[in-house]
Amino acid sequence: MTPAFLDRLLAARGAKRPVAVLTRLPDGAQLLHPDDTLPEPLAAEAAAALRDDAARNVTLGAETWFIHPHNPPLRLIVVGAVHIAQALVPMALPLGFAVTVVDPRRAFATEERMGDRVTISTDWPDEAMTALAPDARTAVVTLTHDPKLDDPALEVALRSPAFYIGSLGSRRTHAKRVARLTEAGLTEAEIARIQAPVGLDIGAVTAPEIAVSILAQIVSSRRGGPKKKAPAAERHEASA
Amino acid sequence: MSDARPDSEDILGIAAGWLAAGETVALATVVETWGSSPRPAGSRLAVTQSGRLAGSVSGGCIEGAVADVAKQTMASGTPQLLDFGISDERAWEVGLACGGKLKVFVEKLG
Repeated sequence: MTPAFLDRLLAARGAKRPVAVLTRLPDGAQLLHPDDTLPEPLAAEAAAALRDDAARNVTLGAETWFIHPHNPPLRLIVVGAVHIAQALVPMALPLGFAVTVVDPRRAFATEERMGDRVTISTDWPDEAMTALAPDARTAVVTLTHDPKLDDPALEVALRSPAFYIGSLGSRRTHAKRVARLTEAGLTEAEIARIQAPVGLDIGAVTAPEIAVSILAQIVSSRRGGPKKKAPAAERHEASA
Repeated sequence: MSDARPDSEDILGIAAGWLAAGETVALATVVETWGSSPRPAGSRLAVTQSGRLAGSVSGGCIEGAVADVAKQTMASGTPQLLDFGISDERAWEVGLACGGKLKVFVEKLG
């Protein structure tokens, strides 16, 4: 990779712009999609690689090209700079998420509590969420328990293409939440997108354990769920 | 813990940082896999002439061999395309215990 090409790639990444690197094998000639003009089949394949977020090989006549998508980081928006958020945020970073914590309560939403590698917003959740504009590479988790804070965030998230929306609270809390959101005009299908009680059911008790269960559920949503049932799960199901 | 990189999978970012710090760097990228290869296409291993390593292209089976080729590539500047786990295992001293096959592209960075 030439210094000039590396600079172009790093600049695109810095600007959080989705780009794909096309490398001709084995000589290593490189092109950048969409910045460089590509023969049509390659441009379409590069767009598909970005959409699938998966590398691919393409044969074009006698040439083989390796297409390597570089999407901007996944995003995680956490509403509520609470105790569980303090456990969730540092675990989400190594999973590749750029994290934003939203909480208008300035006593909670501090760098001291959340660390210096997250973006903190002290705007009201509906304004913050509208500005953040969750997309299909964004997960949203509400943790405040407080309808005044969680509901406005959920109303924006449920009308967005966010790939995951989870909300902390017991079944009873969630039933009340469903009633409020219905009252607010959200459809049954929109409300059904909420994962609640939040997280995979692993019997989590402590804040870090709950963070693991939430992140496991987010990964599962992103990767399309279990690929294959483990023998233990099948046995469990058979005996159930 | 707070010193950990925001994204430990961002091997390109780590490699670019090493390059900016004056290291000679090569980047190895999995470009194709068959069977039960542990790391998907796009997985990267960054190697410096001074011996630093970040990332992986397998479960640890071939990193040593790839690092050796990477040092040749850093010296020559010529990229190389490597096949691992092919049926004729004499082609490489290392095979893949998992029975998978993969191709790795090695290029000098910068």
